[in-house]
Amino acid sequence: MNRSSPNADGGARLTAQLDSMIAALRQGTSNIVGLILLLAVLVAVFSILMPSTFPRATSLQSMMFQIPELGLLSLAMSIALISGGINLAVIATANLSGLLMAWILTGVMPADASGFELGLWVVGAFAAGLVLSIVVGVVTGLLVAFLGVHPILVTLGTMTLLHGLAIYFTRGRTISGFPDAVIAISNETVLGIPVSFLVFTLIVVLAHVLLTRTELGVRIHMIGSNLEATRYSGVNTRRVQVWVYVLSSVLCWLAAVIMMSRFNSAGADIAQSYLLITVLAAVLGGIDPYGGFGRVAGLFVALWILQVIASGFNLLNVSPHLGLASWGLILILVMAVKRVAASFNVFPKAGSRQRNAKPATISQSPEDSQ
Amino acid sequence: MHSLAGYIFKRNESALVVAVLLTVIVFSLSSPYFLTIPNFVNLIEAWSVTTILAAGAFVVLVSGGIDISFTATVAATQYLAATLMARHGYPPALALGLSAALGIAMGSINALLTHYLRVVSIIVTIATGSIYYALLIFITNAEEIYNLPDWWSNRAASFKFELASGDTVRITMSIMVMVVVVLMTHHLMNRTRIGRQVYALGGNPEAASRIGIGVLRVQLLAYGYLGFLSFVAGFIQASRVQQAVPTAMAGQELNVLAVAILGGASLVGGLGSVGGVVLAVLFLAMLQNGLTLVGVSSYFFGVVIGLAILVSISMTSLADKHAHRWHRPRANR
Repeated sequence: MNRSSPNADGGARLTAQLDSMIAALRQGTSNIVGLILLLAVLVAVFSILMPSTFPRATSLQSMMFQIPELGLLSLAMSIALISGGINLAVIATANLSGLLMAWILTGVMPADASGFELGLWVVGAFAAGLVLSIVVGVVTGLLVAFLGVHPILVTLGTMTLLHGLAIYFTRGRTISGFPDAVIAISNETVLGIPVSFLVFTLIVVLAHVLLTRTELGVRIHMIGSNLEATRYSGVNTRRVQVWVYVLSSVLCWLAAVIMMSRFNSAGADIAQSYLLITVLAAVLGGIDPYGGFGRVAGLFVALWILQVIASGFNLLNVSPHLGLASWGLILILVMAVKRVAASFNVFPKAGSRQRNAKPATISQSPEDSQ
Repeated sequence: MHSLAGYIFKRNESALVVAVLLTVIVFSLSSPYFLTIPNFVNLIEAWSVTTILAAGAFVVLVSGGIDISFTATVAATQYLAATLMARHGYPPALALGLSAALGIAMGSINALLTHYLRVVSIIVTIATGSIYYALLIFITNAEEIYNLPDWWSNRAASFKFELASGDTVRITMSIMVMVVVVLMTHHLMNRTRIGRQVYALGGNPEAASRIGIGVLRVQLLAYGYLGFLSFVAGFIQASRVQQAVPTAMAGQELNVLAVAILGGASLVGGLGSVGGVVLAVLFLAMLQNGLTLVGVSSYFFGVVIGLAILVSISMTSLADKHAHRWHRPRANR
């Protein structure tokens, strides 16, 4: 199929489309209210169960320490999901760029570096990791844009390749022993709030602004909603797709910085179990797995829900495995509630019309005749 | 030139045959041990569990769905069978029957949730996968079971014969079961009514439903069959490592799906053949084996698989673009 960009004669149409798109983005808050209610109920339940340990500043602080790494990785996943794709390589990207930074900090940097010189090395290492993640993002984006293959396939390949490279270079070992300045990133607090959480919150705000108030952000939603229609309205969809995977990979790099600082180690197999959890968090946060819809604010609340369950179960001395099971259960319940709500809704959600256009799904069952 | 490439790569199977032949030629020239029967048998044995699972995952992919939770099913059924036999003294037939039923039930839950919640199957099975897996670890306390019955864990159930060269070859239970599973899946998908309905549903759910195919019934078959094969794979896997562990196969789900996809199963559904899946396994197994024989570090294998996936999808995509095939079903649906 000839995929060359059509010329931009649909300027007026595009503006109108953008306007309605922005309007839709600004009013899509009903989902978030439900999530906040769920969060409030969970906090109330755990506070009643453990009045002396749960509603305390220390437990709040420990939750803030734990949210950023899963949060940044989920954000990386969410941007890809909103664009109608998926990035299965988030963990592999984070680990490979983490390993590059770790290698520079422990293997290349002279052990006696201090003061200004140390600062330069740390900044240089972070920059190298950032450049690597951008390269990974550009390559992934180009593959997705030019092959026209579903991103699940492309990122399954890049995930295997990046993880394979990480294994090859490390022989399965982990690298640890970073300078104190690096360790401090995730262990320092400002006014009792962890620095890593402040960074994460800032990124969430930036991502929200990017996705809802900028041309690129709206176009990311548009290609997620309908790639072909967006292309015919004069948008260079390939460029948008490359941007999606670059942004996603850069978020992985940031997650890598926080992870290496928190665990004081980098390795090929760190945080592997987070991969599917990032999808779970994103979908729980109201990101449409078919693409096109979803808000970062919803993801932020969803991350708090997951963390409150994990911390609450931990304080109750319940097995963390039951925490994981209840994460899955909550996702299924939320989807069931949405399903029931949708069947009573007179006005179909703007996104539901697009569902039939998406691959990798069986759920748009044909007898959709309610 | 374009049409030649299009001809070769349009059918995934022909591309894989070319890849397998190239691998065989290159490695048999560089290692005298590569093209021997014992080596071939070992290589098939080592990939038997992956093949069985990939055959099941293939059926779900053809139906247009995807399942991430089957590795939890592998561990759960394997563990149930081991517990019943080793700790409670159940007769093997009953224990295996119950485990198979558990596998089918776990698969059917995925089908029911996907059908009634109308959510993409990948999301549903991520949720059920974490539930299954977490409950399994919680219930079993992550304890391993070592004292499997003899007939299960030792290799008594195998044919041994000697070649003219003096090498002994063992056709183990794993290989026999794998062959049966492949033939059974081939028969199911090509020679039975419901098998063809799986292709029809994956190819176009709307049309399939309008000509009167029971969508839920077909989905139950696809996911239930994968659940059953997960039980079979769990049984074989336990016999190979001689223990039952709740974390068996954990984290392997995407690798198995990659094999099925490399074999030609499409995420859009409706495409692919069991033969393709077998060729994909053969290609990867020979590549891994050959690289090891010529002295390439085994740590390098992940890189090779990643490149194989990327090259394969690039070639199919370029060929399909030429043939106007890949985009059409999606754009028009």
